[in-house]
Amino acid sequence: MIEVRNLYKSFEDKMILEDVSSTFEKGKTSLIIGASGSGKSVMLKNIVGLFKPDKGEVLYDKRDFLKADRDTKTDIRRDIGMLFQGGALFDSFDVEKNVKFPLDVLTDMPEDEKLDRVNAVLKRVSLENTNKRMPSEISGGMQKRVGIARAIVNQSKYLFCDEPNSGLDPQTSIQIDQLLAEITDEYNITTVIVTHDMNSVMEIGEYILFLCDRRKLWEGSNEDIVHSGVKELDDFVFANKMMRRLKNLS
Amino acid sequence: MNIFTGIDYFKCRCIEAFLQVFLFCRSLQFYGNNRIVHHMSKLGQYILFLGALFKNRESFRTYVKLFFDECILIGINSIILVSIVSVFMGAVSTLQTAYNLINPLIPDNVIGLVVRDLTILELAPTITAIIYAGKVGSSIAGNLGTMRITEQVDALEVMGINSISYLVLPKIAASVFIYPFLVILAGVLAIGGGYLAAKFGGVVSPSDYLFGLKMNFNEFSITFALIKSVVFGFLVASISAFMGYNTKGGALEVGQSSTRAVTISCIAILLSDFLLAQLLLVQ
Repeated sequence: MIEVRNLYKSFEDKMILEDVSSTFEKGKTSLIIGASGSGKSVMLKNIVGLFKPDKGEVLYDKRDFLKADRDTKTDIRRDIGMLFQGGALFDSFDVEKNVKFPLDVLTDMPEDEKLDRVNAVLKRVSLENTNKRMPSEISGGMQKRVGIARAIVNQSKYLFCDEPNSGLDPQTSIQIDQLLAEITDEYNITTVIVTHDMNSVMEIGEYILFLCDRRKLWEGSNEDIVHSGVKELDDFVFANKMMRRLKNLS
Repeated sequence: MNIFTGIDYFKCRCIEAFLQVFLFCRSLQFYGNNRIVHHMSKLGQYILFLGALFKNRESFRTYVKLFFDECILIGINSIILVSIVSVFMGAVSTLQTAYNLINPLIPDNVIGLVVRDLTILELAPTITAIIYAGKVGSSIAGNLGTMRITEQVDALEVMGINSISYLVLPKIAASVFIYPFLVILAGVLAIGGGYLAAKFGGVVSPSDYLFGLKMNFNEFSITFALIKSVVFGFLVASISAFMGYNTKGGALEVGQSSTRAVTISCIAILLSDFLLAQLLLVQ
């Protein structure tokens, strides 16, 4: 479980996050949604430690990440897997080396055991027989799946995804969403996804946090979102004509 | 009345001119201060960056592999360019020295001596360093800049890896280790190029050239060249890595970082060249 308490973040004089609190449960797929510039990615980067918040607390299973000593911080970080917007695969490594990388650097596992684990996670993301292909030789959807494989190969307890569907067609997006939801359930991990893709929200949003204008405006599940009664959220969810028509029909 | 008007007008013009000069000086001072603060802050960041190389390091085994990979990438891949440039540099030095030595009282073998000292003291370590900054420096900055903008650096940080130490330390170590070898190669090939120019250009007989090479040889020149090569190897790799690592933005900024890396590396090479000569050669 990850708890975020009263998080504040500003860049120079510009406030990006203001008093945001939330709890992301273990075994659940949690989504942070909001319009572009609402502070979703900044919130995620504060949680994983890429940015340092101005104020607030981030607790990983009751361990305070921001106040932790270096060893605890390193331990927490080694439990984190992250899928970046563009995949962030290492260009000079093939698929196998990319997935194996966390094991190479963070563990003393024997080589054959590492390869077994790499093959297992590649199979889990349906990428068997792609071990020796370079990131530039595979599609965007495949790169995302390699990114997911790399994020879970070290048996991470916390999985973070920054816009996992960006640049993907709707069908591939849904496949990625379903894969993330299945992995969350199967490995019983805490998954936090930043997205503005409504298909993802409807498909896998067990817990949704809506950010608007630097603040948390609403939280709930995908079943509650259509009846939230929050104007800003309605404007975000029912942004297109089709969705508005469906809402009126319901 | 007209006289007073004229004096008043003159006073007004003087005050206006004074104010303009004052404002111009203020703006210059402001600009200057800002620039100085900016450069000092960059220098401070560079020192902190170097400090971060040794914090929270990975296992020695990890670095050994990366070190050898970088040696190949930085050193072996630069051999052809360095070789071509060195041979021509030596050949042209021989021809131009011969062209300038028109006094019949100066023996031809001086050409060999001049080419030897020129090569060992300056051409091999310094000019090769400029070429090295262009090839290796831009490559390091471009590589790290691309990693930065495509979030590969963030991916390392999230895994709990000190990205500066992991990515930069092997590059600097490899550069400091391999660049002296490139300088030795450049020196040998430049002197060889000079020999070829002597033989085929007909400006000096090969035997005179070879005699000149051995004449009044001071072994410290070699030590000096190697000291310079270690310093230049460090400067090129660390400055380029700093520029690349701190890239913000997109593809355009990666290009700008590479250009800046080469420019600043070249300035640092020339500045340190002067300082080292002053420290080590001037009695």
